[in-house]
Amino acid sequence: MAGMGGGDQRVLGGRPEGVTSLHVDDELDTRSRIVVVGNGMAGARFVEEVLDRGGDEQFCLTVFGDEPHGNYNRIMLSPVLAGESDEDEIVLNSHDWYADNGVILRAGVRVERIDTAAKQVHADDGSVTPYDHLVLATGSYSWVPPMAGVRRDDGSLLPGVHGFRTIDETRAMLEATGRCRRAVVMGGGLLGLEAARALQGHGLQVELVHAMPWLMNAQLSREAGAILEKSVEQLGITVHLDVLATEVLGDEHVEGVVLKDGRRLDCDLLVVAAGVRPHTDVAVRSGLEVERAIVVDDQLRTDDPDVYAIGECAQHRGSVYGLVAPAWEHAKVLADVLTGTDPDAEYHGSRTATKLKVAGVDVAVMGVSTPERDDDEFLVISEPKRGVHLSVVIRDDKLVGATLLGDTRKVAFLTQAFDRGAPLPEERIRLLVDLSDGAEEVGVAEMPAGSQVCNCNGVSKGDICGAVADGCGSVGAVMDRTRAGKGCGSCKSLVKQIVEWAADGDVAEDPAASWYVPGIPLAKPALMAAIREQDLRSVSAVFAALAPGGTEDARSKMGLTSLLKLIWGADFVPQKDGEFINDRVHANIQRDGTFSVVPQMKGGVTTPAQLRRIADVAEKYEVPMVKVTGGQRIDLLGVRKEDLPAMWSDLGMPSGYAYGKSMRTVKTCVGSDFCRFGLDDSTQLGIDLETRFQGIESPAKIKMAVVGCPRNCAEAYVKDVGVVAVGAGRWEIYVGGAAGATVRKGDLLATVSSGQEVMTLTGRFLQYYRENANWLERTYDFVPRVGLEAIREVLDDEAACAELDAGIQRSIDAYTDPWGQDAAEPATPGQFRPALPLVALPQVPVR
Amino acid sequence: MGEGRAFVVAGVQVAVFRLRDGSLHATQAACPHAGGPLADGQTDVDVLVCPLHLYAYRWSDGGSSGPAGPLRLYPVRAVDGDLLVTA
Repeated sequence: MAGMGGGDQRVLGGRPEGVTSLHVDDELDTRSRIVVVGNGMAGARFVEEVLDRGGDEQFCLTVFGDEPHGNYNRIMLSPVLAGESDEDEIVLNSHDWYADNGVILRAGVRVERIDTAAKQVHADDGSVTPYDHLVLATGSYSWVPPMAGVRRDDGSLLPGVHGFRTIDETRAMLEATGRCRRAVVMGGGLLGLEAARALQGHGLQVELVHAMPWLMNAQLSREAGAILEKSVEQLGITVHLDVLATEVLGDEHVEGVVLKDGRRLDCDLLVVAAGVRPHTDVAVRSGLEVERAIVVDDQLRTDDPDVYAIGECAQHRGSVYGLVAPAWEHAKVLADVLTGTDPDAEYHGSRTATKLKVAGVDVAVMGVSTPERDDDEFLVISEPKRGVHLSVVIRDDKLVGATLLGDTRKVAFLTQAFDRGAPLPEERIRLLVDLSDGAEEVGVAEMPAGSQVCNCNGVSKGDICGAVADGCGSVGAVMDRTRAGKGCGSCKSLVKQIVEWAADGDVAEDPAASWYVPGIPLAKPALMAAIREQDLRSVSAVFAALAPGGTEDARSKMGLTSLLKLIWGADFVPQKDGEFINDRVHANIQRDGTFSVVPQMKGGVTTPAQLRRIADVAEKYEVPMVKVTGGQRIDLLGVRKEDLPAMWSDLGMPSGYAYGKSMRTVKTCVGSDFCRFGLDDSTQLGIDLETRFQGIESPAKIKMAVVGCPRNCAEAYVKDVGVVAVGAGRWEIYVGGAAGATVRKGDLLATVSSGQEVMTLTGRFLQYYRENANWLERTYDFVPRVGLEAIREVLDDEAACAELDAGIQRSIDAYTDPWGQDAAEPATPGQFRPALPLVALPQVPVR
Repeated sequence: MGEGRAFVVAGVQVAVFRLRDGSLHATQAACPHAGGPLADGQTDVDVLVCPLHLYAYRWSDGGSSGPAGPLRLYPVRAVDGDLLVTA
């Protein structure tokens, strides 16, 4: 068997070394032989469909794949490139799966030609494989436009030039992101945009070159393309439209490209995503009829009666599809025909509707994008400022096309109207806009059972409801059962809505879900407005005025205390019973009822004198454990409540707020003072940030970091607010990162040119988060929920910024060090009394 | 008001609470779930919430909505400025 590809590269979905499968001698096998050429989305799905119909009794299946890997989800390469998915997550069928199902996988073997007369497949390893039925599923390849210098003499691409079609190409690009700084992406279609966005997320400076006058010209109208362009530019990606690249520069490695108008773009990475072409060379060499792709009839048969073609390499009634849904429909029809499940099954073409997220923007397109006849109705809603462009084309009272850019809430209804020709509302605007409130629930309820929810896997609302009725109790279980949401994943939220709707009793609608705290039936904006209007300054006043029957609720008190501090600053009227124990005693309660004490250590910087004092205090109070925290501070664990005030006095250091739903700490690296790679003084900026925002209460804790270069030693990319020096006095500000139970890289909010701007922008973001996040909602949930664009818009609005500045300043002005205050005099007489007087604390011995 | 305090009564540790409606309640001091200090918990007129894992116990019968409990309740009343807890 031929080599398994690139030597040191790991085989995706591979088997452990030494595992082999035995096959019965071909001579003894009486089954007919199906050979599939191509192990991509179409070929592998065809094999699954045959097995689903019990085809393994009738057929011996052999699959050739010229990649060494198992079958993987090509649609998900973009998230892999972006670092959002792990490559193991995109494996659909591993080598083991083929072995377990008795399918012979010839991975890493390329088929060279077919002898249709002798019914044999000739491969590049010299093997000859006989077949009874042959299925071509060879897919497409990245088309490289003619450019001087793009290839070396041996025909291979110049190093640094990559297509974006396979996992190996994706790996090569991922590996290059570590070394490269500037990328040019050729092609402004879906793949090019996703590649650009992913590379930019890795910190590369990205320029995108598109030969057509607007982005995604195959799917979008010019107007919609222009709006998408603006959204892409706002991400920091430079777009060059309507221009070809004529030359690739560099001898040993790519150094740049020259455009037709003479401009030169420097780069050390060039991604070619200028379209795909069907892989037809095998068919051509074998004498099959090929036009744009391999010509097939309604049963996917080529002009040879025993050779079929499916997926992107097939041309059916003049159409060649580049989407997965038609490929999977081909696979079903052909499996029906060959297994005899339905010998008369026919494929009549696909109406392609697709919903995707491109460069962070939601896009859904179906049918035509612009009117084509005089009496076509055309409705457009364009909001360039919001990055939203919605349009529909209606012909003879039927929807024949729709484009949704930046807002795809209406996609479910439109898809159904497009697919089934469902009647349209008289007021056409209702196709694009919900004129009544809260219509989202209704939308799911009103969808007919037959309407398709998951386009990739052809799963209808009825299928999902059926799975729920059969006892699938969770969204995950329904997805596993029906495969809904298992293709590109873009329908997941709709699947979730339908499951919730179908499971009615079990996942009963909870009106309290929108309330800020469980005891007050108001969402956050209404609650804040009522508190302001009625001048409610204490927790008990809020309950008296706003709770049903004026009844207080223990679980609501902590959230209300936090909210009141946010609204009133120094004018808040504190009540000890409104606070969680941590906030009452300014320390974090431990499992045995002792507390932990973390002094403030701004930016993680301490001094010998401070360390000496901490050491003395730890010994004096017999602290069981002294531990360096993940937030670059020192934690004294196992402290008795009654010892807290005296310890604080002895420490003489302010509280580090390691216990609150508040700004916790700002981690830093050693920056330009010491580090030979440091680009700026991250340490001082971290100290300044911590000084300004110390102790600010918020809906959930806030962790920050500042690093002096993109090596990210203090992990700024995964903080609620992370600041990264990029040289020349410039700083990138990332928000919404996390490295806890959820791991998420922050989104680049802005790049600014001074530390002062970092301080200002951080304050505005924090205040916007404080005012708009749900109770206990961390920024890593808040930022994606609200959307980076929405946040940027607020930060572009001068009036809004002035209010945010005033709001955060009110809280900054209200800051007092709680240790300094309560160590001198307890807030209440019992503040530091033991709560378990007969239990000897701490229960953990001194380490 | 609304807070708890722990005392030792006849060799037993007891958590006593005066709620915002003026009522007095006394319970065992350690949470039946994992020994958490109930006097450090938060209250309303219906329940007491332990600070460690947020189990809530009803004042009415000591029961909780979760698997933990029930909580031992003690009768308590104020007599001439003292609190009188009876077993």
